[in-house]
This record gives sequence, C-alpha cells and structure tokens, in this order.
Amino acid sequence: MTRLSLTINGKPVEFDADESRTLAHFLRYDLGLTGTKIGCEEAECGICTVLVDGTPVDSCVYPAFKAAGREITTIEGLANGHLHPLQAHFIKHGAVQCGFCTPGLIMTSCALLNENPAPTKDEIKHALKDTFCRCTGYSSVTNAIQSAAAEMRGDAPVPVNEPSVDEPMDVVSRSVEPQEVREKVTGAAKFTDDYVFDGMAFARTLRSPYPHAKILSIDTAKARAFPGVLSVMTHADVPGENLHGLVYRDWPVLCDTVVRYVGDAVAILAAETQEIADAALKLIEVRYEPLPVVADPKYAHSPDAPVLHPNHPTGNLLKHIKVRHGDIEAGFAEADVVVEHEYRTPTTEHAFLEPECAIGIPAGYQDYDKLTVFVGSQIPYQDRDQIAKAMNLGQEDVRVIGTLIGGGFGGKEDIAGQIHVAMLASALKRPVKMLYTRQESLIFHPKRHATIIRIKTGAKRDGRLTAIEAELYGDGGAYASLSDKVMTRATTHATGPYVVPNAKIDCYAMYTNNTPSGAFRGFGVTQSAFAVEQNMDMVAQALDMDPIELRRINAQRVGVTTATGQLLRESVGLLETIDDVQRDMRAHHADEGFKWGWTTGTKAYGWGLACAYKNTGLGGGAPDKSEAEVEAFEDGTFEVRTAAADMGQGIAHVVAQMAAEELHVPYERVKVLLCDTDLTPNGGPTTASRQTYVTGNAARLAAGALRQAMSQTAAEMVDHAPETVRYEEGLMRFDDVRLDYGSVAQWMKQHGVQPRAKYEYWAPKTAPLGTGGDMHVAFSYATQAALVEVDLETGEVHVLKVVSSTDIGRAINPLMLQGQIEGGIVMALGNCLTESFILEEGVPWSRFLGRYKMPSIKHAPEIISHLVEHRAADGPYGAKGVGEIPSINTTPAICNAITNATGVRIYAIPVDQDALLRAMKKGERAVTTAWHDVR
Amino acid sequence: MKLWEKYFTPASVDEATALLVQFAGGARIVAGGTDLLVEAKASEHEPFQALIDITRIPEMTSIRADDAYVYIGGGVTHTEIVKSPLVLAHAICLAESCGVIGGPQVRNVATLGGNVAHALPAGDGTTSLVALDAEAEVIFQGTRSWMPLAALFRGPGVSLLNPTRDLLIGFRFHKLGAGAGTAFERIMRPQGVALPVLSCAVWVSLDGAAFGEVRACIAPNGPVPTRLTPVEKLLAGQPVSEDVIASACALARETVTVRTSKYRATSEYRVEMADVLLRRTLHQACARAGLAVPA
Repeated sequence: MTRLSLTINGKPVEFDADESRTLAHFLRYDLGLTGTKIGCEEAECGICTVLVDGTPVDSCVYPAFKAAGREITTIEGLANGHLHPLQAHFIKHGAVQCGFCTPGLIMTSCALLNENPAPTKDEIKHALKDTFCRCTGYSSVTNAIQSAAAEMRGDAPVPVNEPSVDEPMDVVSRSVEPQEVREKVTGAAKFTDDYVFDGMAFARTLRSPYPHAKILSIDTAKARAFPGVLSVMTHADVPGENLHGLVYRDWPVLCDTVVRYVGDAVAILAAETQEIADAALKLIEVRYEPLPVVADPKYAHSPDAPVLHPNHPTGNLLKHIKVRHGDIEAGFAEADVVVEHEYRTPTTEHAFLEPECAIGIPAGYQDYDKLTVFVGSQIPYQDRDQIAKAMNLGQEDVRVIGTLIGGGFGGKEDIAGQIHVAMLASALKRPVKMLYTRQESLIFHPKRHATIIRIKTGAKRDGRLTAIEAELYGDGGAYASLSDKVMTRATTHATGPYVVPNAKIDCYAMYTNNTPSGAFRGFGVTQSAFAVEQNMDMVAQALDMDPIELRRINAQRVGVTTATGQLLRESVGLLETIDDVQRDMRAHHADEGFKWGWTTGTKAYGWGLACAYKNTGLGGGAPDKSEAEVEAFEDGTFEVRTAAADMGQGIAHVVAQMAAEELHVPYERVKVLLCDTDLTPNGGPTTASRQTYVTGNAARLAAGALRQAMSQTAAEMVDHAPETVRYEEGLMRFDDVRLDYGSVAQWMKQHGVQPRAKYEYWAPKTAPLGTGGDMHVAFSYATQAALVEVDLETGEVHVLKVVSSTDIGRAINPLMLQGQIEGGIVMALGNCLTESFILEEGVPWSRFLGRYKMPSIKHAPEIISHLVEHRAADGPYGAKGVGEIPSINTTPAICNAITNATGVRIYAIPVDQDALLRAMKKGERAVTTAWHDVR
Repeated sequence: MKLWEKYFTPASVDEATALLVQFAGGARIVAGGTDLLVEAKASEHEPFQALIDITRIPEMTSIRADDAYVYIGGGVTHTEIVKSPLVLAHAICLAESCGVIGGPQVRNVATLGGNVAHALPAGDGTTSLVALDAEAEVIFQGTRSWMPLAALFRGPGVSLLNPTRDLLIGFRFHKLGAGAGTAFERIMRPQGVALPVLSCAVWVSLDGAAFGEVRACIAPNGPVPTRLTPVEKLLAGQPVSEDVIASACALARETVTVRTSKYRATSEYRVEMADVLLRRTLHQACARAGLAVPA
C-alpha cells in the first residue's frame, strides 16, 4: 500500500491504496463513492466519467496514482445543498430512465458547460460522443443540457418537450417525477454492485472457451490451494437440480459432461478479494474434447447436425411454430402481384450499461433469516423459484431482493449469477458477490435471435392483400431461454398489422452452439417487421401505388380478424398513427411538395415508412396475473408494493400514479417498494410490454379497494353514510367534516384493522395459438417514418429524422412514455445500422464492447413523436403496453428510406455502406450481405 | 483484474530512463493508457511490474516552436493538440486527425506518442505526421537522437522502440510556409471496431496556380504507414485543376494496396475510398493554401 494524496470533491484525501488501482475502483471500492459507475473497463462507454482538474476522463482505465495531487470531481460533488442545474434539468426533461449512465452523462456535460456556457446541439453531440445511454435516445439529454446551460447563464430554460395527451386526470396522464430519480442524478441510487456487506467474498465464473465440447475432467486443486481462495465449486456441488430455465429447464447451473456454447459455466469460485478471484480462476484446469459445432440454424435442422439436447423430443428443433389462416393457395391464386424475398437479421446484444451482478447472503447472516439474493432482475419470483430448485430448498426458504436495474431490455430475464452466489454464500456462510465483467456479460447472456426470413406477399390490383406465406428460422443458441415465446411472437406478427385473409407461416426455432437467444425488446417482432414492411413497399411498387395508401387499405381496424383468428373489438389506432406521420412528412416539405426520394449534389435523400403492432401481455393462453398491495400510513403517506421490475422503463412511477389517482391523493404521498419476494407480492415477469397493463391494474384495484375500506371506516368515524364521501385535496369529506387518510389509518390500526389492501389481478383469458381464439388482451400500434441521407461517394447512411406516432391506449406519464419511444427508436436505429454480435463458428468475435457499436448521441436523429390514445377497455385507464413497440418498425422504415433514396433494397442488416456503395456503383438493386459477410 | 503492480510518475526523462533500467524489461512506459491498458486486459496479460507514466515530464508535455519547427512532446494529449494554436496554424491535418480519435474522454488522456508507439498501420495521428514529414526524437538503445518518423515502424503493431527499454520523447515538423496547406479525412464504418476503413492526410505547397511539392499518406496501405510517392510525383508541377486531381486519384487507385478485411471493408470499397479521400483532402488543402480548385 502506498499513500495517495489528492482532492476529491473539494476535500483533501489521504489514503493508503494499492498502486494497481484504477481511479474507478479506488473511488468505488476504497472510498465508497459508488456514484461513479463502471460499464465496460474498455474506455468505450464513458459512464465512469469523472473530472480530473476539470477534464473529463474514463476513470475505468485511469490509474488512481495518475491522479495524485489532482482535484477529482465525481457525481457526489455536484449537488451543493441543492441540485446542480444539470441534475435538476435531467429530471425535469425526463432524461433519466435506469439511471446507471446518468452520473457519466452529467459529469461529461458538466465539463462541457464549464468550457462552453451555450453549447449547440452539435457541440453537445461532439462532447458526449462516447458517453452512452441505452435508455433515453438522447433527445431528452440534449434538451436537459441546453436547459441547464440556459439557467446557468441566467436565460430562460428550454421548454420541456411534453407530448400532448387526451383527458389528463388528477395524477394519471401527468408527467410526474419518476421514483428515486433524485438518488439517480446525485449518485446515491444503489445498484447491486453498490451494496457492501461485512465479510463479503468475491466470486468469479469459469466459462467454456469452446462452443461445443465434452468435459473430460475438472481439476480444482491448484485453485483451491491459492492463498485467499475460499471455495471452488463444480456441478458436483449443486445441492439440488443442476438445471434452470424459464420455459424449458435445459440449462445447467454448472456443466457436467458437455459444454454447449462459449461462455457456458463450468466452475465458480469465491475469494477474499476480487483480484484473488481473478487470478485463481486461471488455475482451474478443465480438459475438453472439442465436438462438432452447430453454428447455423438451417444446418441445425439438417439430419447431419449433431443433436445438442438428446432429451429434447424434436432434436435440434426446439419448436416448430405454425400459423394457418384461410386457404393459402386460393389466396395466391387470386393475387395480381406476388412479392417474395429472403431477409437476414443478425444476433444483437442488449448492451444494458450495468453488467450483471448478484450478491448472495446466507441464512443466519445478521438479520437475514433465510438465504437471500440481491440482484437486478426482471423476474424476481422466478429467480427465487429457480434458486430454490437448484439449492434443494423450498420456495419460501429463499428471498430475492431486487435492486435498481441498470437497463435490461429483456436481457435480465434469465438466471445469471443468482444460483452461483446462493451456492457459494451458503457454503461459506458469508455474503458473496458475483459481478460480471462487461466482456463476460457479452458472451454469457441471451441475445436477440438471428433470423432468416423468407416471406411471400400477394395482393390484388386494388391493393388488398390476399395472402402471406412465410418461413422463419430463428437461431435459439445453446439453451431454450425464451426462444419458444420469442419466435412465436415473430410468427404470429409476420402478417404485419394488416388484414390478411390467407396466411401460412412456419417458424423453426433451432438449438445451435451459438450464444443463447432470448428476450430482447421487440421479442421477435423486430425481426419479422424488417421483412414484412419491406415486402409491403415492394407490393406497392409492383402495384404502382403509394406505400401509405397500400397500408391504409390493409390496416387493421376495429371489427377485423387477425391471422391468428382474433377479432379486434376495440383500441386499434393504426390509421390515426398513419395520419399523424403522413401529416408531418408532408409538413417537412411544405414549400415544395412531398417526395419520397431526391438527390442533391453527392447526397441522396429518402423517406421510408413502416407500421407495426405488438401484443400487450403474455397471451397465447398463458395465465397472466399480477399482485399488488397498497398500505396507508399514519403520516398520510402510502406505499405500493409489488414485485414488478423497474429497469428504467418506469413501472414504479406508473403504479404510484395509479394508486394516487385511485386514492385521490397527491403523487408525492405515494412511495413504491418493488421486488422483494418476502415483502412484495408477485408482479410477474417484466416482459411482453405487460407491466403497465397487468401490474398497473393490480395496483389500481388494490388502491381502489383500500380507498373503499378507508372511506367506510371514515364514514363510521364521523357517522355519515359512506356513499356521501367526497375526495378533496387529499382528504375525505363528508358534508363539512374533513378527515385525512393518516387519522383514518391510525384509527384502523387502533381497532385492529390493517389499513392495506392487496389485489390479485388476472388479465382477460387468452387462447393458445392455433385455437382461433383471442391470443392477446390488447395490441399497441405504431407508424414511423425515417428520413435518411446517403452519401453517394461513400455509401454512409445517416438518419436525419424519425417521425413516429404510437397508439398506447393512454399515456400514464406522457414525458416518460415519450422517453420509451425515443429510446426505443434509437435502439432500433442501432439494430438497423450499427449492431451485430458476431460469432465465427460459434466463437464470439464481439467479446469486447469495443467490437460492438451501439448508437451514440452522434447517431441520434431528430425525433418527433405523437401519441394516439385509443383506450383499451380492460387496460388501466385505457392503457396498453409501450415498452417494445417503438423498437419494431424503425429498421424497416430506414431500409425503405434507403431504397427510396438510392433504388437499392436492403435484405440484410446492419446496413453495410460498403455493399451499398458497390451496389449503387454497379447499378444493382439489392444488398443481400451485411457487414462481416465478405470473404 | 490486476494489470500492473507499481506506478511511477517521473519528473524528467533521466528519471524515466533510470526506472526503465532499474526494472530491466519489467516496466512499461505509459501515457494515457487507453490503448495499453485496454489491450493488456483484453489479452489477459500478466501484470506489468511497473508502469512509468511520462505525462509529468515537462519536456514531453509541451507544444512549442522555433524558427523552423513545431515541436510536440510525446506525452501531449490529443485534446491539447486539437486546441493548440501552433498546430492549427501549421498542421491542421494533425488537429483533424487527433480530433477524431476516440471520444473526448479518451482524447483528454491519450497521447500522440502513444498513438505512434503502438505502430498501427493506420493510426490517425501517424497518418498526418507522415504527410507532415515529421521526425521523432527517441532514446533508442540508450542513445538520444532524431529520426524520420517512418523509421519507427517495423510492421503492423511492431515499433522499432521497445516500450520496456526505449523512450519516444517527441516530434517535430517544419512550420507551414506561405502557399501551403494540409488536410486529413477518414472513413469509418458504424459497426465493429473503431478503426478507419481508410484515412488520408495531405500536405500541399502551391507554386502559383500549380502544385509545388505534395506529400500524401493513405492508411492503411501496407504493413507500415507510407507516402503515396507516385501520386506526389504526378502532382508536382501540375496546374491545380479537377482534371489533375482526377488523374492523381486514378493513380492512387492503382497504387494503393488495400486488402479485404471482414472487420473493416472490401478492397474494392477501400480503393473507392482512396479516390474519394484523396480528392476531398486535396481540395481542402488547396483551399487552405489559398487556392480554390477551379471547376
């Protein structure tokens, strides 16, 4: 240890530190300043940014001793009794979702404003180029920075870009401040890696370097003998069933005889320090015999391919999913035009900025009476049940406490380190933390499915679609994860949001030796929409019809039936979303008349449009329920409790708003406790855009029941008829008598009644695919148009503008909902232009964040978004899901725009400027390869 | 993962070289660390015994000029170069290339010396230094001397300098004369690694309405950064015109040896980009030298 002297947030610090510390580790682990987050340790993501003598640096690769004598400013040093203007305006403009990148964004912005008190949008883009945010889409961030800058200069702040909504209520449809947002902007918010427990040990996982291999032997002796190593465990140490999985239990907790992908867990260890754990991991000796690799889903389907899961009844075919509707042959027979093409989409990565982390606490440690796991997970109750099975414990013997989640997007549904820390903590009788490195996170967790989609669309001369036939291959990777459900959604949505009288769709979800695929925002529909919506444009072209007109003719509306046999009875706002977008596209060309494509100098420009729909809720016959509990306290505040994960999308404020609305009290009086399986009832998985609808309803109905009960009590207290109650200014009123909720709560407690209500909400029953009934409780609809610029000399593609309109039933929190839309669009722009998780014969090449580009603020287009609110009768206040729909049609909108600009059609993403330029130069009309496909 | 054991911040070149000697191959020179440490982590390198941080050595962290030369210390950061009035006046191509490396946080610590010491065939800073005909001051095998920049490059990622024994002290290049201009541009792809598909720097000295001397570097073009000598020869003495530039670009297409890399681009695309970039930078450099290319 060496004495390190420096100044941190204005205070001199002297600390005996290890010279090998990075500044980020020194701040977080030596000084406990956990506001500075670590996202990659590659100097890529920028969220660890702190200021050294006022200059922003990536603290993750900055040696602590390089900072000797310097003045360091961290997020904890900004608020000085009151919030820094940046912190205040990030909140005000809705620029905080998960909050994990927020400290980095604010610190980078702070350095910018110190140098430039009035930055333009381009200057902000320049300064924040390498400070990533995966949630917001950057529009709100830019507004927040300019607004803060204005306030600091003494100018009027930038107005909040608040979307307009129909019929705002007292609390619902109002842009209230999200829960815990102040903690997030000040660095006080705690994510899993920010928790510290006395005696905590540090764990690592040994992972397979082979995509497919037999395990011949595992020798842990050297690792065990390494000083400071506390425990090394293998499959033999799993107390219960050595399998987990959300739909199919096919994924070993620790591999025993075979590994099926690069990243499969083989052994785990815990040590006194993280550095010892890192070093000892290399001492575990595993002998493998490599086996033939199944790297391609079509090969997986062939009889030659080795069978990866011998116990699965249909071999490598995880599931064959079918949609049959009408008479496909008759449909194509009556078509005047038929368009058929094959499309390819790559594996993509969530790149949530917080890598996975779990902390296990053994039963008997301090006040923890049972085995407890802290984790930022999307499905805490299923985590609990899966831990219990592997630990050979009852479900009630395990507690899962959900921490804040630094982004999820579907990538934190599967088990990561939860079971491993439970095993190690139980064995050691000490808390054990397992923090994945970014590089480990990249290779480990399930991704968005790579797909091959062949789709044939038939239409009559008048534009009516007659038939769609499609074949989809989905690369499910080594384990099932949610492949069954994801690829089912890809299949059922493969008609697009249109009336298609005849459909035959076959999807093959395949096991391979690639990284497992699972849930990712859009849930399969992102992939099928890429194909469907480009075929639509080509049908329009074949018919010489405007592509918007073609969509209008075929758009789903109330009274039509989907290809899965669902009669749409209500809440189908697709046509209005088309109206909104078309109006804005025309307005863009107010001076010279609308055109789809044009060329100016060496740049080609084009508009492209695409529509989408996405189910709300699990559907397909799966029981879909949530429970929520609301309690009143004597101080007049309330707490909503439910185990529904908030990964930044905002279910916490959504349930608080609904409870406040039902109770007729101000939003500020409602707090939320999420995701503690001992303290909060089950809100079900955070997936399928379901939480606002399902858990929202549970919270709304629980709050309503509590209001009823408290009104009854209040009526008794003042001896009035209960039905005469009125609610005014957060009080209950009977004629002239006013009662506050706090006194009623107190009275109830004194009389032995708990002032709380719990509600178990069951979403309307749905029917399984193939039965012809209603598969889903509701659908959200969206139209988007993208304006692109293509450089005719280089093939570079820039998205200048995206116009979007989304039917979400009702906006519960308009500003934060807009954040979902903007963030979804930019994430989808990445899907179209930048992102591809590359595997070469099963071996991930994209194993560093530096090899996986997600959109930065430089890519963020101008976004105009409109809301359409076609109420869903059973949705809370009419709301439907919004989490996924914005990420579905951006990709085909951009690709249609590229075609309208250049005449070249894009059949494979991410769009390759190299292939696009070559096609343009040669007068070719199609690009069928993506980046990395060249030989 | 521990990447190093001891950390030193010497205040002079002598102190730094003494530490190198003391650790006898176990210590590494480090400046910003943004390449070195990220690479060490990626390759799971055994921890270095010591890192010797040269960014507190005054003679390695300044930008200055005398009558003939501009001098840039090896430990000067990219941000300092981008903001330096001396660089902007005499080598704007270097400011342009240093301004596109990484993001601001990286440029605030990463140094030109580190960029060159890594010996990448297409280090953006290197490409401009080659066009500027820069020299490097080094301590090589114990002897301090100036050498042509190109002499530092032995192969892709292979430098003449041994980072555990030698030291790259700084760079110098001639001040920009009247009627001269420079420019840098590069093409990236938005996917995968942040390495240029192709980059190009030019230095142009005009002789009235004609090209006088021209220096051009397109990278990557072979294992080490090299000048486009045939193109430079073609241009010298020719009138500044679209036709002449077009013939230079046509020759560049013939001259460059760019391979297909599935992580970057096809050779076909790169040849196109050689043409586009050379044309764009020649136009820009001529304009900066005071002559817009006549249509």
